[in-house]
Amino acid sequence: MSSLSTDTAAPAPAEGSAPGIGQRFAPALMAGPATVLFAVLVLTPLLLTFLLSFNEYEHATGRTHGFTLSHYAEVLTDGYYLEIFLRTFRVAALATAICAVIGVPEALILSRMRNPWRSVFLLVVLTPLLVSVVVRAFGWSMLLGPDGVVNMILQAVGIGRTRLLYSEGTVVVALVHVMLPFMVIPVWTSLQKLDPAVEQAALSFGASRTTTMLRVIAPQILPGILSGSLIVFGLSASAFAIPGLLGGRRLKMVATVVYDQYLGELNWPLGAAIAVILLVANLIVMLTYHHVVDGHYRKRMG
Amino acid sequence: MSFLTLRNVTKRYGSFEAVGNVTLSVEKGEFVSLLGPSGCGKTTTLQMIAGFVDVTSGTIELDGRDITRTKPNSRGLGIVFQSYALFPHMTVADNVSFGLEMKRVPKAERAALVEEALALVHLDKYAGRYPRELSGGQRQRVALARAIVIRPPVLLLDEPLSNLDAKLREAMQFELRDIQRKVGTTTIMVTHDQAEAFSISDRVVVMEAGRITQIDQPYRIYEHPETEFISRFVGKTNMLPGTVSAVGNGRATVSLAGMAAGMPADVPADGLSMGETVVLCIRPEKLRLAPAGQGRLQGRVTDRFFLGSQWLYHLDGPLGPLMAVATNDGEAPLDPGAPVGVDWPAAVVRVHRGAMPAAPELESLE
Repeated sequence: MSSLSTDTAAPAPAEGSAPGIGQRFAPALMAGPATVLFAVLVLTPLLLTFLLSFNEYEHATGRTHGFTLSHYAEVLTDGYYLEIFLRTFRVAALATAICAVIGVPEALILSRMRNPWRSVFLLVVLTPLLVSVVVRAFGWSMLLGPDGVVNMILQAVGIGRTRLLYSEGTVVVALVHVMLPFMVIPVWTSLQKLDPAVEQAALSFGASRTTTMLRVIAPQILPGILSGSLIVFGLSASAFAIPGLLGGRRLKMVATVVYDQYLGELNWPLGAAIAVILLVANLIVMLTYHHVVDGHYRKRMG
Repeated sequence: MSFLTLRNVTKRYGSFEAVGNVTLSVEKGEFVSLLGPSGCGKTTTLQMIAGFVDVTSGTIELDGRDITRTKPNSRGLGIVFQSYALFPHMTVADNVSFGLEMKRVPKAERAALVEEALALVHLDKYAGRYPRELSGGQRQRVALARAIVIRPPVLLLDEPLSNLDAKLREAMQFELRDIQRKVGTTTIMVTHDQAEAFSISDRVVVMEAGRITQIDQPYRIYEHPETEFISRFVGKTNMLPGTVSAVGNGRATVSLAGMAAGMPADVPADGLSMGETVVLCIRPEKLRLAPAGQGRLQGRVTDRFFLGSQWLYHLDGPLGPLMAVATNDGEAPLDPGAPVGVDWPAAVVRVHRGAMPAAPELESLE
């Protein structure tokens, strides 16, 4: 028995020196570590969460191992959850749109800069990524709090103290701040691939700067905007720290509700069901968006 | 009154002068090439005409109108870029139509003009394709159709054929000239390829280090290069250093270095004075190979190269190494090592003042 197991398991990597076998298994071997990592750290927890979402739950006894669809039914029929889902996607969509509106011109300006300024500002764009999201969220809450800098200024100019924290707007602003680099970088990359003569060609045929931008540049950087949007939307819809710290107890988003169910209510199966629904809903939104925009684009650019 | 005039056009980048005092008049319908080695300022000159590069000083006039400071999108010129710069997200027809759209040509008229332009470049069957689905030569022709469809006063071509392979390049040269004749557009082409410039231009402008050194018809430039740089850059040439030993009756006698005094070269005096150092230039195809013992001097074949229609011989003799080209007339060529006589008519010799340029410079030029 022991000889059998060594025969099958051990030789594969060890005999990699034999050219035929080595070459045949080389791709699998090279992809191996990443595959194992992905399977253990992403797929397994996902699968466990998925299974957990079908478990029964009672307040007195907690989680039991029976099978039920009641958690899904609860989430999908209860207006409370529906509102939270709608809010989450509204906030994520708004953050994505604002990121595109700010990020695309930012990338355009960046691409027209010359070194050393370009490198300096590229670094400036990336610096938010170097600071923890939690720290940045607290930064915003200090700025926008009742005694924060913004309220002090509002009072000084006579508008009076305004409640800024714990509102949807604040969450959107903070999300835009955090997500902007994820929009700028892909757009900037696709701008780098443009032939500068194409812009000159458009100008030489009498196109204005605006027309050149809309008719010639924009369609070519669309893939960059598309991938930037997908990243920003996906990260925003599942964001936890920003809505958790700036949305407060009142303004719940899906990720914070999942947290509440797990650690507040201790209703793990319901939390798992919400998480699975968020994942599926997110996937549907992103795939639809990708299909619509990319399909349109692929038809032209291949 | 010429159609396009450049007057003392200069471009400086800091202290570096990329283009200096370029003055050029182009007639309506003329095909003019800017020819020179890379870095000679020819592309910068074209970019200044197009408006993409600001002019430091001097003026550019188009049809009597000063366009020196006009924005590129108000000049209305047709430009074919070296990279073609087609709009990758538009079909061939949309690419060609773009300039017409910008000129607000009505839709129905636009379609007819696009069709006509595509027919002119033999791409009428490809109207619905995207640039990525076309070969290099087809893309080049789309770029050309896109530029001529707007009926520009001047067509600017920036190394239009340099991305094509040799065979296609030659075919496109003739096609380009043919199309230009049909449309009658004044055309300015930038190229570093002298064969290309010669075969399709009415006049060639030779540029060197940011300045124009000669403007003339291709044949005149080849046969009467004004500087020794041009005779080396344009085609191949044999260069023989010497000293003026006698002047009289409008003729000068030059003693060639290493040549017996009994065999001087006789050239037009042209203001030469006694004792002056000169270089005589003779094109390889002007040398005549004669049986050994005949001709002005005796040499030996060191090597031979078959060029198809011609044989290129490397010779060695009292004047040092020489190149000679002989027509491949079907007879057996000379073998390396064979003795040969070399002769030339006095009229083919060009005289340039000054000493021989350093040898390595010769290698770097075509």
